[in-house]
Order: sequence, then structure tokens, then C-alpha cells
Amino acid sequence: MYRIGIDVGGTNTDAAILRGREVVGWYKHATTPEVTSGIVGALSGALESTHMGRADVGAVMIGTTHFTNAVVQRRELSRVAVFRLCGPATHSLLPMVDWPVSLREIVVGHVALLPGGAEFDGQPITPFDEASVREACRRARDLGLESVAVSSVFSPVNPGHELLTAEIIRAEMPGAAISLSHEIGRLGMLQRENAAIMNACLHVLGRKTIAAFRASLTDLGLRCPLYLAQNDGTLMSADFAERFPVFTFASGPTNSMRGAAFLSGLREAVVVDIGGTTTDIGALAHGFPREASVEVEVGGVRTNFRMPDVFSFGLGGGSLVTGEGATLQVGPLSVGYELTARGRVFGGDTLTATDIAVAGGRASLGESSRVADLSGSFIADALAYMQKRVEEAIDQMKLSRDPVPVILVGGGSILVNEQLAGASQVLRPPHYQVANAVGAAIAQISGEVDRVVSLSEVGREEALSVAKKEAVERAVAAGAEASTIQIVDVEDIPLAYLPSNAVRIRVKVAGDLAL
Amino acid sequence: MNEWSLTELDLEYIALGAAILGTGGGGNVYLGKLRGWEQLRAGRRIRIISPEALQDDDLVIAVGGMGAPTVGFEKFEKGDECYRAVRALERAVGKRAVALMTDEIGGSNAIEPMIAAAQADLPVVDVDGMGRAFPELQMNTFFIYGAPPAPGALCDEKGNTVVFTEATSPVWLEKLARAGTIAMGCTAAFALPPITGGQLKAWGVKHTVSQAWRLGAAVIRARAEKRDPVEAILKHEHGQLLFRGKIMDVKRWTTGGFARGKLEMDGLADDAGRALDIEFQNENLIARLDGEIICAVPDLICIVDAESGRPISTEETRYGLRVAVLGLPATPLFRTPEALAVVGPRAFGYDLDYQPLGEYVMPEPKVKP
Repeated sequence: MYRIGIDVGGTNTDAAILRGREVVGWYKHATTPEVTSGIVGALSGALESTHMGRADVGAVMIGTTHFTNAVVQRRELSRVAVFRLCGPATHSLLPMVDWPVSLREIVVGHVALLPGGAEFDGQPITPFDEASVREACRRARDLGLESVAVSSVFSPVNPGHELLTAEIIRAEMPGAAISLSHEIGRLGMLQRENAAIMNACLHVLGRKTIAAFRASLTDLGLRCPLYLAQNDGTLMSADFAERFPVFTFASGPTNSMRGAAFLSGLREAVVVDIGGTTTDIGALAHGFPREASVEVEVGGVRTNFRMPDVFSFGLGGGSLVTGEGATLQVGPLSVGYELTARGRVFGGDTLTATDIAVAGGRASLGESSRVADLSGSFIADALAYMQKRVEEAIDQMKLSRDPVPVILVGGGSILVNEQLAGASQVLRPPHYQVANAVGAAIAQISGEVDRVVSLSEVGREEALSVAKKEAVERAVAAGAEASTIQIVDVEDIPLAYLPSNAVRIRVKVAGDLAL
Repeated sequence: MNEWSLTELDLEYIALGAAILGTGGGGNVYLGKLRGWEQLRAGRRIRIISPEALQDDDLVIAVGGMGAPTVGFEKFEKGDECYRAVRALERAVGKRAVALMTDEIGGSNAIEPMIAAAQADLPVVDVDGMGRAFPELQMNTFFIYGAPPAPGALCDEKGNTVVFTEATSPVWLEKLARAGTIAMGCTAAFALPPITGGQLKAWGVKHTVSQAWRLGAAVIRARAEKRDPVEAILKHEHGQLLFRGKIMDVKRWTTGGFARGKLEMDGLADDAGRALDIEFQNENLIARLDGEIICAVPDLICIVDAESGRPISTEETRYGLRVAVLGLPATPLFRTPEALAVVGPRAFGYDLDYQPLGEYVMPEPKVKP
């Protein structure tokens, strides 16, 4: 059986076909504004590069920036009803209080603060009140709203009130989309609620986009299941993706990191992905991207759902090279997708980072005679400048002072050589140009638990083992092959200023997709 | 009486400066800042007055949040908890407060009294009881110099109020209030025993709201003008740059319910070749340069991001962060033998004598009497 991974980036849509652990074909196609024709182009190009039958394709995995862009550009967003279960708590800050006004006005449909919510130990703040939830549903329905975000205080500890609310919404607002905060974000009420609302506002676009993806597969004669890549390096089914579009945010860097891990065989490393305009650097821990520990802003909104910890800066194959000596600078401005028209070696008159790489003998592209006029010392300075930027960024992302393996991927990785400071070894694996699409193709299925536990009631070992068991159950329910499930991450953090032995436990597991 | 009426930008500055004065702890200022903004947007005012503007027999109440910041980030305030704690305390003593204040300028409690004051239409005094953050109630100048340990008032969001009418010591008040806070769901508002204008002028750490404002303004303006925020802070503050370096390792452990740990850094630029380590218990406690102690509690050890000036809390420290470590002298009120017994190195389990870090210069007030 073959798996096809697709990564929809800002410039290119890449497709890679894998059989087992072998990359048997790949193709790059320009990304198109409506996304799907670029996907079709990349898919058919990759299929033509092999001679396999359509029936041999077991699954297609798509990683896309479509939903992130919709929020950033404020396009095709649905109005949302927000139900917060909080009792008297949290009334000081209403939902969406820290959103940019322009985005809030597009998204806010109705806000209801309702009885319920939980304390840190899971006990209710006030009892759940069915009648007030029904009343809120009726108001939302009368306003014509079809998407509801539900957030309950301490729902990661006790999701009961969110689940009860969902049942009532299903009865009172048939067909409405429901986003429950405990299924999306972590502890930190406002940020988790923000993530749930953001998910809810993408609901119509989610259904439409997934339907278009499905239609593209059908048009190409592919009848296999469709998955979407999530930002933690794992997959969700297309049905699940319709309900959780936010989990696609930042899946691009994640895919390239996972692809780098796969292609190099390394599980602990720093991954440097140099594209046309930017370099993304992330760290692999146990084969997965390390997650950002602080809140991540999306479209100006603070959210706290899982996101890869990625450091990006403006250096890529199309970066402009200006000045000399002390004023020498490479990037952040870039000719981007116009590189092959404006770069010197391609016949243009703009000096780019790629021209320097060619002049310095790191790559043979275009006509090297067109950069013969550059002096040796200038070339050396520019190469050293790029090398140093990348080395500094690698050091920022390292997990410890020890040298780490570094994996170079992306078309722009020709800008640096293998002698990177702070690296124990530097690898440029085969198919490094399409590491992101490979990452989508090999993505796994995960399960996660995040909660606060009082260790005065249960022992630490017992609390951890219960959490691990639940995480495994969640992964299996999401489609993972039980025998392949491994623990990816375990964390227990004592809560400050509290002598009551409360700890926050986070467990994440992942396993191969059961095909 | 002169008043300094805060704008949203002032609150932004104060929140950032308060986080720097939190010396790694003190709780997150983000939600407090948003709640302060909501008060201003509702048309209420946050007015700051000089400590010197108070009469000696005026009643002033310090109020703030108590409990676990992690819990407060999830179950944040209904909105009137601090206000109700102030009113409960006024009823207990039979006298109205003339102004409110914070007992802890470092971290989230810098802003809590401002919210209650906006609701009560009272001014906030440019003063606090620490000039920084500390983990327990008794660690403030008022208790150290003899302010009565009762009454205090504790309120939760559900409408529960507990008034502690008698406590035999500040440590007992801390113990009882902490137990009450846990019962209330690990977050509560606490109004400390009222003090007089005379006590405030004698024992208060003065102009610390102004100091927080100036610190925050220095950082935010330097960022906007692409100048070095660390230089900007040092230009305005009588502190010292202890170290510029990179965090190499973070070790964490817990003792007695407190999150303790140790940071190791290697020097960069002028400090290349040297190593600094910092031990913390919620807040940064002690800094050693190449093994020698250069700064210890109660002096302030503030860690900020070397590039942005953003204060780094002990929870978010990790390998690779480029930081600047600043040492700010503690108030002379914390440098006496009776104060050092409560907030000095020995109070945190270090068998060493406190060596003051430079001379304290009282911050310039933003508002005159």
C-alpha cells in the first residue's frame, strides 16, 4: 500500500509518495489561491512520476495553511455563540476580551455566562443548570447561529459540564457545530476559550474545504481515506478535521520536522528548514517537534493549544544581499517565488543568497559565469554571514549545552555548509527538498491527557499510570494501531504557592495509523 | 490633593514593570492588566496619590489576590472580590478607608488594588510593603515593623467572606488565610489589616508604583526605538547589571510545597568566560558569580530577555535563553536585623550573612503631594 503526503505551503504545494519507508515519487507544484487545484496538480504530478495504480493508494495526508490564513486574513469566518460555564467566577473578563476588535466583530454572535464550571479539584463551582443552557440555545438559534463554542472553568480537570452542555445543544440546535474547549486547549481559561472560539468560527470553512479536498481525490480516481496533518505531527481523519480545523495551524513546520526525522533516522535533533524566504528552526524530542511552552498568537489572538516551538527568521534562497563589509546583510527582504526570474544566475539583475551559494561553489544552478565578478572576500563574507545566522538560531533552539545533530532540509539549505558550530553532525538526507510532504505521509495518530491532580489523594506513580492509560485509549479511539503506541511526552509540574501537593500532569502518546 | 489618573498605556507600563519587580515570581500580570483596562473602558478611574498626601490618622487598606497563579489563570476573578474584602474590613473596624494600596508591587498584585479602587472610587497610594514579590504575607515591611496582625478579610467569587478578627502573629494570619484560600478553591482576595497614614509613611516602600511605571516605560519605549532595553532600564534605575549570558541548565525540585530550583548561565560579551548561577524559590533568591555570592534576598535579582527586556519568570526559564540579570537594591527597611530575620538569606535556609548590593535610592515619584 502507498501513502501520499501533501504539504500546501505559501509558495509550493509538494506531494511525496511512500511505500513503507521508501520515497517512490514526488512533485512540486505552485500553490494556487483556491488551494485545491494546486493539490490536484501536485498529486497528479507525483502519481505520474511512478507507475502505480490508483487502487494501490492506501491513504492521502494533507497539511495545509488554509485555515491559518483564513483567520489572519479574516476570510470566510462564521459567527459563533459562546457559552461559558463558570458560575460567578470569571465574570471580570468576557469571552474574546483580548481579540483584535476587527476580528471579534466578525466572529461574535452571542455570549452567555452560565452556572456550572469546576474548581481545581473537579468539584462544581455551582451546579449545572439545564434550563439556563436551553435558554442560551434558544437565543443563539433565534439569532441564526450554527456554531457554538463551549468553555467551562477547569474543564481539562473535569469536562462534565461541557459534555452536558453539548448534549443540550444537539437537542435544541440540531445540526449546529459544537467546539468544546477541553477537546482543544489546555489549562488557562481565556486562551483555551479563544482556541475553542477560533475553531468554531472556522466550522463552515472546514466543511467546505474538506469537501473540496474529498472531491479532488475523487476526480483523480482515488478512493482511499483522507487525513489532515495536525500541528503536533500526528494525523486526524477528514471527519475529525471538519470538527477541529484549528489543529491544522502551523502543521507546515511540524511536517518538515517530522519528515526530517524520518528521512535521517534521528529522533533527537535540531531541524533547519530553509525555504525561499524564511528559515524555520525547530527541535525534535523523541522524534516529535518540541512544543511551544508559552501562548501562541494566531491572527492577533492568544491561544494555548499545542503548537510546535519554531524560530523563524528571514533567510532563504531568494534573500536579497546588500551592502558589504560591516554593512553586509542577507535578508530579510526576498524576491520569493520570483527567484528564477530575478536572481543573477537565472539571468536577472538582483543579487540573492542563491547567487552567493553558486559563486561560492555550494550549488550549481543557472549560469555561474553571471556571478564571476564577485570578489572572493565578498563571497566569503556573505557565506559566513548566513552560516552565522543559522548557527545562532540553532543554539537558541537546542535543548542543552551538548552538541546536537542538525538536519538540513528545504530547497534553500544549499546556503549553508555542513560545518555548523554546535552540531555534533550535520545531515542532508535524500529527498530533503520535500521533507514536509514526507512528514505528512508518515504522520502518526496521538492521544493526550492534561490535568491537575492532588497528590495528597493518589500517589504520583498511580496518577501518572492512570493518565498514560487514558492517553493510550484516546489514541486507539482516534485510529492508532495499539501495538505501535509509544509514549511521546510525560510532564508533571508542581503548582507554585500551594502547599497542597497539587501537580499538573501531561501525557502524550502516538502510534502508527492502522491501515 | 494631586492625583495621577492612569491611562491604558500607563497600565501597560506598570504591568511590565511589576513583572520585572516580581524577580521571577509574583504571578502573571496579563489578566490583571486586561481587567484594569476593562475598568477604564467602563468609565471608572484609577487614581494614584503620593504617600505624603495622607493624614497620619487616615485609614489605608492593602488588598490583593492570594493563592496559586496557575489556578488564577484558569478560574480568574468574578470581579468584585477585592472590593468586597475592603468593604468587609471597613465594617470590621467601623471606619472607611481613605485609600487602597498593594502590599506587593512585584507581579499581579500591583494591579489588584487598582481595580478595587476604581470600583470604590478611592485613590491608590504610590507605595507598597515589599518593593518586590515575596511568597508569604508576613514578609512585608508593615508586619515586620509592628502593624497589627488582624483583622484581615478573605473573599471568594461565590460570595463567601471570612474575617479574621484576631491572629496572634502575621505568620498565623498567613497560615489561616492560606487555609481559607485553599477551601475557597485556591484563589481568593485578601484585605490586610488596615494601617494608618502615619504607619504608611514610616514603614511603606515609597513610590514603587512610579518605579514599576518607569521600568515598564523604559523597556517598551526602548523596544519601539530599537534601543537596548537593558541599557534603558539601567539609565533610569539605580541598579546594577550583574551579568549578561545564556541559560545553560535549569534544575527544579520541590520542598515543603515550594517550587525550588537552580539556573546556570554562561557569560556572553563582557561576561564571556564567567558563570553565574541563581537559586530560586518561586522568586530568585541568590546569585553566585563564579561561585561567589554577588546578590541575595532581599535585594532584587531580575532576569530579563537580553533582546526584548521581557521579564522571565522562574517557570519559563530554559536552556538557550539569552538574558540580562539585573540587581536592584532592596529598601533599607528590609536591610535591618529585624527585617533580615524574616526576608534575609537565613529566612530562606541559607547559612550566610546578607551583604547589601549598593545603596538604595528612593524612586522618583510620578505624583507629588
